[in-house]
Amino acid sequence: MFINSSDPNYTLNVDGYHTGKHLENARKQAEQRNFKDVLIVDVDSHHYETDNFKQIIELIEDKPLRTTALNTYQYKGPSAVLYDQPGYQDIGGRVTRYQTRKTEQIPDDGQPREVSQALRWMDALSVDYACLFPTPMLFLGLHPQHEVEVGLARAYNRYMTDVLLPANPRLKSMLYLPFNDPEASIKMVKDFGHKKGVIGFMVVSTRYKPVYENAYMKLYAMLEEMGLPLSFHASYHWNDQLTSLTNRFITAHAIGFTLFNAVHCANWVTNALPERFPKLKVIWIESGLAWIPWLMQRLDNDYRMRTSECPGLKKLPSDYMRDMYYTTQPMEMVNNMKALELTFEMINAKTQLLYSSDYPHWDMDLPSTIWDLPFLDEQSKRNILGLNAKRIFNLDTSDRFPEKAVAKKVPA
Amino acid sequence: MPELFVARTADLKEGERKILHHGKDAIGVLRANGTIHAYLNECPHQGGPVCEGLMIHRVEEDLGPDRTYRGMKYTDDLHIVCPWHGWEFNVETGRCAGDGKHALRRYRVIERNDEIYVVV
Repeated sequence: MFINSSDPNYTLNVDGYHTGKHLENARKQAEQRNFKDVLIVDVDSHHYETDNFKQIIELIEDKPLRTTALNTYQYKGPSAVLYDQPGYQDIGGRVTRYQTRKTEQIPDDGQPREVSQALRWMDALSVDYACLFPTPMLFLGLHPQHEVEVGLARAYNRYMTDVLLPANPRLKSMLYLPFNDPEASIKMVKDFGHKKGVIGFMVVSTRYKPVYENAYMKLYAMLEEMGLPLSFHASYHWNDQLTSLTNRFITAHAIGFTLFNAVHCANWVTNALPERFPKLKVIWIESGLAWIPWLMQRLDNDYRMRTSECPGLKKLPSDYMRDMYYTTQPMEMVNNMKALELTFEMINAKTQLLYSSDYPHWDMDLPSTIWDLPFLDEQSKRNILGLNAKRIFNLDTSDRFPEKAVAKKVPA
Repeated sequence: MPELFVARTADLKEGERKILHHGKDAIGVLRANGTIHAYLNECPHQGGPVCEGLMIHRVEEDLGPDRTYRGMKYTDDLHIVCPWHGWEFNVETGRCAGDGKHALRRYRVIERNDEIYVVV
């Protein structure tokens, strides 16, 4: 296929795209670092549910909604059924896999194409287990019709648990919660929480529902009792009143992917939800790390003056934040290693940080971004790359690491 | 110094590139604005195959004399873009457009008897 450039002389012809070839240098890094002996769990990666969208629509339980979605899809495509917005994450064609991945030839070996494609990038990066999330559905929390979010979420989760997860034990997921409908979210956990490969539930944080509403307490209690983590996955909303002040995607992304998670996290802490649900594991995904020290400092400073507004707290806000979990990507590795090291200290990264690649998205991070950090000891690297995830998700890794090998790598 | 044969001069046309392998390294050789350049096919960011990326001109803001914004336009500077994350490099200098502290590793190119060689 051809990717357009500024001048026809530089039109890029990409023939025979292969994920493994695209990631050949990642494979080289993995071999140089002997990652075959390191458990690597990728807590945030993606597939494109729109690749098999008709199959998912056909699983919508509400028949009128299913018919409407099928007919809308047939003439307008998946983005009309979901909720789309402006954006060009491929940087105008510069990150080529957004276009080329669709042309990848994958022999039919009996498993879904996207499973084979996922295994190709996992093998290249030396990822043992990957938690798969959708891609365009990350905007669905903004859909004005809550029943559409519920219907599609249930259909998608059925597709995930009936088709993708059973295809390979290396694939896991924290299933999509239709958070705009608390009762439907509770039913989702009841119906899907025990399915094979389900390691938790995920709320797309880009929405206008506050986490402290009483209607969610039953949901949190259920997750806590079942021992399933609750994660908040960032995305952006370019039509949000504040984000719409930005006129470049770089700004919409830098601000948008942190803002919603920061708001929900602040609400989570100041409403003392960690005190109400002390055993519920909460994970903040894909907002990077730089926002966490910012929020810790803001909340701690204000809390000591406005303690009366947060009577449920028994310690500083940052202490609660240090009890929560964070994924690494996109890790802000600019030009100040001291800042990154301090961030790791402030969030107690050794036990709280979970490696994530976000592959195949444009700002993906390889495992080497953690392994090569000069201020981490080897145990911390192993914890962040996989052992922390093994612990909090209670993952059985015996198919990849026989017991003898794992026994030497007990998490700190 | 050992030399690697790349191609006959006539066989590397404007905008084309070839990837050579030397030991564990891959080297990208490309023709841009008539000149042949050779770089290690590893981006200094996270190691992506930078020489396999899109070549595209640098973008700049078009500002009026009163410093108002009029849009964007391409300049004559040609960039090569790492296909993994989009880091851009000036093809002539190998220097990273977004952060000049980083650059591609350059190899010396020799053209002799209508043939192209890279010194490794």
